[in-house]
Amino acid sequence: MVTLAVARRVSAGRVGAVVGRNVGALRSGASYWLVLVSGFFEPLLYLLSIGVGVGALVGSVPAGDGRVVSYAVFVAPAMLAASAMNGALAETTFNFFFKMRYAKTFEAILATPVRPVEVALGELCWAMVRSSVYTALFLVVMVVLRLADPWWAVAAFPATMLVGLAFGAVGMAASTLLRGWQDFDLISAAQFSLFLFSGTFSPVGDYPLVLRVLVEALPLYHAVELVRGLTLGAPGWAALGHAAYLVAMVVAGLWFAARRIERVLCA
Amino acid sequence: MARPAVAVLERHLTLYKRLWRASVFSSFVLPVLFLASIGLGVGGYVGEVGGVPYVEWIVPGVLASTAFQMAVGECTYSVLGEFKWSRQAHAMYATRVSVPDMIAGWLAYVVLRVEVAVVVFLAVVAAFGVLGSAWAVLTPLVAALLALSVAAPVTAFSASIDHDSYFALLFRFVMIPSTLFAGVFFPVEQLPLLVRPLAYVSPLWHGVELCRAATLGVAPPWPVWAHAGYLVVFAVAGVAWARVAFARRLRD
Amino acid sequence: MIHARGLVKRFGDFTAVAGIDLDVAPGEAFGFLGPNGAGKSSTMRMISCVSMPSAGELRILGMDPVRQGPAIRARLGVCPQLDNLDPDLTVRENLTTYARYFGLSRAQARERAEELLDFAQLREKAGSRVEPLSGGMKRRLTIARAMVNDPDLVLLDEPTTGLDPQARHLLWERLFRLKQRGVTLVLTTHYMDEAEQLCDRLVVMDGGRIVAEGSPRSLIERYSSAEVVELRFGDRVLREVVPELEGVADRVDVLPDRILVYAKDGDGALSEVHRRGLAPSSVLVRRSSLEDVFLHLTGRTLVD
Repeated sequence: MVTLAVARRVSAGRVGAVVGRNVGALRSGASYWLVLVSGFFEPLLYLLSIGVGVGALVGSVPAGDGRVVSYAVFVAPAMLAASAMNGALAETTFNFFFKMRYAKTFEAILATPVRPVEVALGELCWAMVRSSVYTALFLVVMVVLRLADPWWAVAAFPATMLVGLAFGAVGMAASTLLRGWQDFDLISAAQFSLFLFSGTFSPVGDYPLVLRVLVEALPLYHAVELVRGLTLGAPGWAALGHAAYLVAMVVAGLWFAARRIERVLCA
Repeated sequence: MARPAVAVLERHLTLYKRLWRASVFSSFVLPVLFLASIGLGVGGYVGEVGGVPYVEWIVPGVLASTAFQMAVGECTYSVLGEFKWSRQAHAMYATRVSVPDMIAGWLAYVVLRVEVAVVVFLAVVAAFGVLGSAWAVLTPLVAALLALSVAAPVTAFSASIDHDSYFALLFRFVMIPSTLFAGVFFPVEQLPLLVRPLAYVSPLWHGVELCRAATLGVAPPWPVWAHAGYLVVFAVAGVAWARVAFARRLRD
Repeated sequence: MIHARGLVKRFGDFTAVAGIDLDVAPGEAFGFLGPNGAGKSSTMRMISCVSMPSAGELRILGMDPVRQGPAIRARLGVCPQLDNLDPDLTVRENLTTYARYFGLSRAQARERAEELLDFAQLREKAGSRVEPLSGGMKRRLTIARAMVNDPDLVLLDEPTTGLDPQARHLLWERLFRLKQRGVTLVLTTHYMDEAEQLCDRLVVMDGGRIVAEGSPRSLIERYSSAEVVELRFGDRVLREVVPELEGVADRVDVLPDRILVYAKDGDGALSEVHRRGLAPSSVLVRRSSLEDVFLHLTGRTLVD
């Protein structure tokens, strides 16, 4: 219902204009580019350090579907999912907040025929561009390092886009609630805790039952499981459940963000 | 310390009293989470490294990297902000406080912060019984030296730049690679021969090896004086650079 | 207190201060007057020992600012053009922290802060953070902070710029008290009324040079007449009126909206104007002010 109602009011041209503004802002300076490019390296460095470095000490781990795989193969898809999350969150939290509260970018945009939901969609599309570039490059690295089969890597790409969308939408919704810069400590704390405990570095099956149930409720867990199933070449029926979880995040996040933008800026 | 430097230290502590909540996670919680995720989670598959359980092996690494990351993190936005946003460096400079006082007071503050975090971390891991040797009581000393050797040049760097986006580069190309490859999580001997010297260059590696030698009660790979000397050189050079950078920014 | 000869400040190719001579005596209130970019702030920064002279001689409190910066700053009170209060500290903490920078003991710092809270009339705000204070309150706090070390010399760079009239008058009154206590004040301003109110002696700067020096009264006597008649002529083109005023006064100036007639006897000049059959739409006879001197010396173009 929500999607339908939204679709009827949204103009692709106006959403495109919001994305276009961000592309234009890219020309503003070399520093933003460098930050953009450097963001790709973070998960890659983790892959090399923990996946390959510590992996040499580990040997192999259970993949969760009965098979046993090398540790780097196990960690790589988790870093891929984290990369999608980080790319999308970087745009929709820090940069989004700045544009909304300080640069008054949205205020200026909303003085035109562009609607709040189109701003939300435009910003989300832009976050997707950033996160997709990260994940596409990361998949290439995985194939080169023989951590994934090329065809399965191609199959995993849309899944990483879904991950980016889900975290982008929720991140944007969260940003509309932030009171000030000090709240970003909360976001990065949450982001880092997810990164450490979502079945990223060790199988969730090892956790005590209570912890396990808790982790399985977390969004990055579903993202990691979905992506891992694909890069390991064995997606199970559970993949549908993981995907549904992420889709729910997209819809809820977008709906909430658009409502909040409207309330904060159009009041 | 000279009296004006003490006044500078006091000012930073007054500020910390107001803003400490924001840093609780990164100073106290994050190191323990790291240890749990990698040390316990991944450690379950590792078994032993260098004759000790993996979690015991990485405890000193996480400890040193906490000191390292805090020293880098504290000395970025806060330092640039004193020149650029709140202009408190200029306000101080209009008083009896000299550039060396300012730097001494600031570095004392950073070391103090690191010490508190390190001692709390030690207490937590000691409670879990993963400290192998009584020499571990020396690790706060190592952490202080490591923090100083990192905080001084980073402070100088922050006082020299004009735009804060350089910090993202510092984090991603210096801080994170150091944390990941300087012997915190796996022995540097596993690194390809070509990149191994990069780990040796990082002050973090020297801090990690000294801490590890202390908590495991073994000898470090280089003589203790060589590791410590390397850190001292970094600290002294960093302070010298910071003095130049501060003076250049405050006078014209 | 201040002694300068041939003082120069260059930034690359740009010369901000082009060789000035100055002497400020103890207990004096001394002003730098001039349009934006005249070199006032650059001179102030050299006097407060945060900017090194490019050439010339400068001694502050008998000391050399290049070698004895900290010793001089220990006895200065500086109120910069832009407030640099500590935004994360309270009003009281701003004072105590600053006092500690000067080496006061904790007890002394607390005591001093209490006195200054009264001086700045900020007692009710003592526990509040700096951020929500009004511009006038922040300014008073900055000045109070500059007094924390009981300075021999207080430097104020445009102390009332950007404040509303009430806040300015309150601030002037506070500064006047300092003057009465014998504190040496050096200030820059581009407000003539401020200079007339506060300064015993002042220099007018333009283009990095001193173009006039003296007490406000002597400057008016030298560069202007005793009285000024302001004439407005509705929508008549003012330039056409000027020839008809020939011989009425020593000097006549045309501003966009009025004509200024400089004369010893304003009423006399005005009756002459009426006698010639000119019918101004409005008339004001007033005493000559520093503003007239300023406009005369630095030209009429607004510099921004």
